[in-house]
Amino acid sequence: MDIHALQQIVHKTRDARRKQALPKFSPADRDQLIHKYHPDYRASAYRPIRFGPNIDEKTVVELATLLEGDSLIQDDVDLTPDYTTDVLVIGGGGAGCAAALHAHGAGAKVMLATKLRLGDSNSVMAQGGMQISVAPEDSPVTHFLDTLKGGHMHNDHDLLKTMVDDGPAIAKWLIDLGVLFDRQADGNLHVKKGGGSSKPRLLTCSDYTGLEIMRVLKDEVLNQKIQLLEFCAAVELLSDENGQCSGAIFKDLDNHRYVVVAAKSVILATGGIGRLHIQGFPTSNHYGATGDGLCLSYRMGAKLAHIDTFQYHPSGAVFPEQLVGQLVTEGIRSEGGHLVNAKGERFVNELDTRDVVSSSIIRECEEGRGIRTMSGRVGVWLDTPLLDVEHGPGTVEKHFPAMLMQFDRFGIDISKDPVLIYPTLHYQNGGVKIDTNSETNVKNLFVAGEASGGLHGRNRLMGNSLLDLMVFGKRSGLTAAGRAGSMKQGKLTVQHLQRFRADAKKHGNLSNVISPMVLPAYTRKES
Amino acid sequence: MLHPLTGLRNMAQEDPNVIDQPEVMKPRMVSIEISGKKYDVPEGITVIKALWYTGQEVVRGAGCLGGFCGACATYYRTKDDPKVRTCLACQMAVQDGMSFTIMPPFPARKATYDIQTLKDPKQDLFNLYPEAPLCRNCNACTEACPQKIDVREGVWKAVFGDFKSVSEMFMDCVMCGMCTPVCIADIAPNLVALYVSRAQGAHFTEKPLGLDVRIKEIQDGRFNDEWKKVLAMNEKELADHCATVK
Ligand SMILES: Cc1cc2nc3c(=O)[nH]c(=O)nc-3n(C[C@H](O)[C@H](O)[C@H](O)COP(=O)(O)OP(=O)(O)OC[C@H]3O[C@@H](n4cnc5c(N)ncnc54)[C@H](O)[C@@H]3O)c2cc1C
Ligand code: SF4
Ligand code: SF4
Ligand code: FES
Repeated sequence: MDIHALQQIVHKTRDARRKQALPKFSPADRDQLIHKYHPDYRASAYRPIRFGPNIDEKTVVELATLLEGDSLIQDDVDLTPDYTTDVLVIGGGGAGCAAALHAHGAGAKVMLATKLRLGDSNSVMAQGGMQISVAPEDSPVTHFLDTLKGGHMHNDHDLLKTMVDDGPAIAKWLIDLGVLFDRQADGNLHVKKGGGSSKPRLLTCSDYTGLEIMRVLKDEVLNQKIQLLEFCAAVELLSDENGQCSGAIFKDLDNHRYVVVAAKSVILATGGIGRLHIQGFPTSNHYGATGDGLCLSYRMGAKLAHIDTFQYHPSGAVFPEQLVGQLVTEGIRSEGGHLVNAKGERFVNELDTRDVVSSSIIRECEEGRGIRTMSGRVGVWLDTPLLDVEHGPGTVEKHFPAMLMQFDRFGIDISKDPVLIYPTLHYQNGGVKIDTNSETNVKNLFVAGEASGGLHGRNRLMGNSLLDLMVFGKRSGLTAAGRAGSMKQGKLTVQHLQRFRADAKKHGNLSNVISPMVLPAYTRKES
Repeated sequence: MLHPLTGLRNMAQEDPNVIDQPEVMKPRMVSIEISGKKYDVPEGITVIKALWYTGQEVVRGAGCLGGFCGACATYYRTKDDPKVRTCLACQMAVQDGMSFTIMPPFPARKATYDIQTLKDPKQDLFNLYPEAPLCRNCNACTEACPQKIDVREGVWKAVFGDFKSVSEMFMDCVMCGMCTPVCIADIAPNLVALYVSRAQGAHFTEKPLGLDVRIKEIQDGRFNDEWKKVLAMNEKELADHCATVK
């Protein structure tokens, strides 16, 4: 049928739905739903890791294969450093920029190396906002409890307390740098309610929160003249004779040469894994989200946490085909947008946590109440026009300009017509285990941002990631910088690789791939 | 019934809840030109996918793949139309007869400054970007902007000190830089706007008082008792407590 004809049911049922209040699931119902429909519980997608720090723990096949992959680097590699620095930051997203700026501010010599251009990352795409407990009726403790509940009580308490306590100071830092957060009439920060949160707590810059923060941080990195190495992908870390981190090897993606950087500490801020397309899911992530930091740390002996759980964002675009996987911001649901199945019914409280909402969408679709596209995709409606009905004409345009433009390019006016959505692979809930200074169990190896793990438990609450980046970017930067003055540059070796390869041999063998992946293989090889 | 070309089931006839997409049922190859070379690609895929489809390795020219980073700034022309337009390659579908080229990095000059210690940001604009007031009103920048920002107007507003309007107008700016090579006055409007927006945020926007209060509360330990209580709970108590938070 014509898409407009199919959309009629959404328009027709709108008034009736507006009167309806949907309760959240009871804890028991919610567990049952998730176990039945959430992709994290699809046993066939998982296998145990055969060796290394997380031996015998299960993760998705795609990641296990990369963790057990071999390095590009061989023992005879020339380790004469091309650069020497105090702090080497790897990754040019939010966590990397925050780490570099704080380390630089603390007086260290800093180099920031990244795979694409500075800022090409997941961070630029964050639309929904950043959770910080600034409202009078809110508190860091409430933020802590909401997050814990969202993470199914698996969050690391120390990391979480650190994040919520440091939050307000981060907001101040960003405002002083010129970030334009939305305000209330009285000049205070405007806060929105996010899924899974008991209090309005999301700071926003219309629906360009990540873009606005990244424009400012990138500009600041350039203004502070921090040394940059763009289009260079980290392909191996370096260790000294005691197994402590002492630098990294990059591959320059322009001329394919290796670049060796000696550093007193390394901060890995390489982000997530969406481009591994786990279980065949489309993704909202940027081009370079290939889990490189996990592989690099793992070979150094760093332990990973919660790497069996991923976040499938409830609203990835399904139509038009060109936008498949791209995010339809959660802000729509925060402002009251309904999820509607093919029969015109709501089926979940839209403000429940992401895992619950995603699971219920998958349930609707598997039980035949989805809408299908001819390319074989399926989804449910997100009633975007409802926002204009509820809050006055122009609401969608004013609050969601980015999303309006995204669909408008394909001739779809989201203020008039609902959009079709299905869960998209969005976020890696776990990552490299860190302490409250963002350091791993490998000395002088820090991991900050999405690549790290423990903080979010088994499900990240919306808006907590942007705060995570800033808080642990800052802490890693300050700790690494503070250490630099009183320590010597460690020796440059790849002894950890010899250990890793020997360990692999003992337990079978390395998988047949080279890791990290660096970029997904989208280029068609033959016609 | 399986469709002969796509291998997909012809669901339209069996299921009323299927969106009509003739282009999926009858995929059509279209001829396009990439940097002057002809290729055939499936109609409707994005410009960036057309690069992958034709076997090209993409390193420069792709970033977020979501329309936010500006890495994929592209010039294109449609069939028989002399007008060269701009787009974000990750957000644009190819059509028959289209020709395109990804924009190479353009060496625009970015001024450096310490935003926090500026004394007179509106005056400083003229020291940092002395070319800004020399705009010749050609409007090429506005026409080049894939985000539909009225860039020319923004440059004038900046020069006249209306920093607030500039910061609002350029909230959509993805820093693709396509407004820059076209400028006959060698202005980089996006960089001017970035400076202006940051100055607006750092110097001309009221400081949120509630935020300072909260920071002080945390420093003064106002939540310490609550923290002590919460952190002393065992797993079960904590779960029960979480359930009471509404
Ligand atoms: C579409 C979208 C919307 C989101 N919305 C929100 C939101 O509203 N609120 C929120 O809190 N969170 C949101 N998130 C999550 C959040 O944006 C990310 O978790 C966060 O930006 C990750 O930041 P990061 O700095 O850790 O990684 P990224 O920002 O992804 O940066 C990683 C950087 O490392 C580089 N890199 C990767 N591998 C290598 C290598 N081998 N060598 C060198 N460099 C490398 C990458 O190119 C990139 O520059 C969203 C995520 C997406 C994808
Ligand atoms: S203002 Fe310039 S840099 Fe910004 S989006 Fe428009 S063309 Fe691109
Ligand atoms: S292109 Fe340059 S000269 Fe022309 S209107 Fe824009 S800023 Fe002015
Ligand atoms: S790749 Fe980022 S805007 Fe296209």
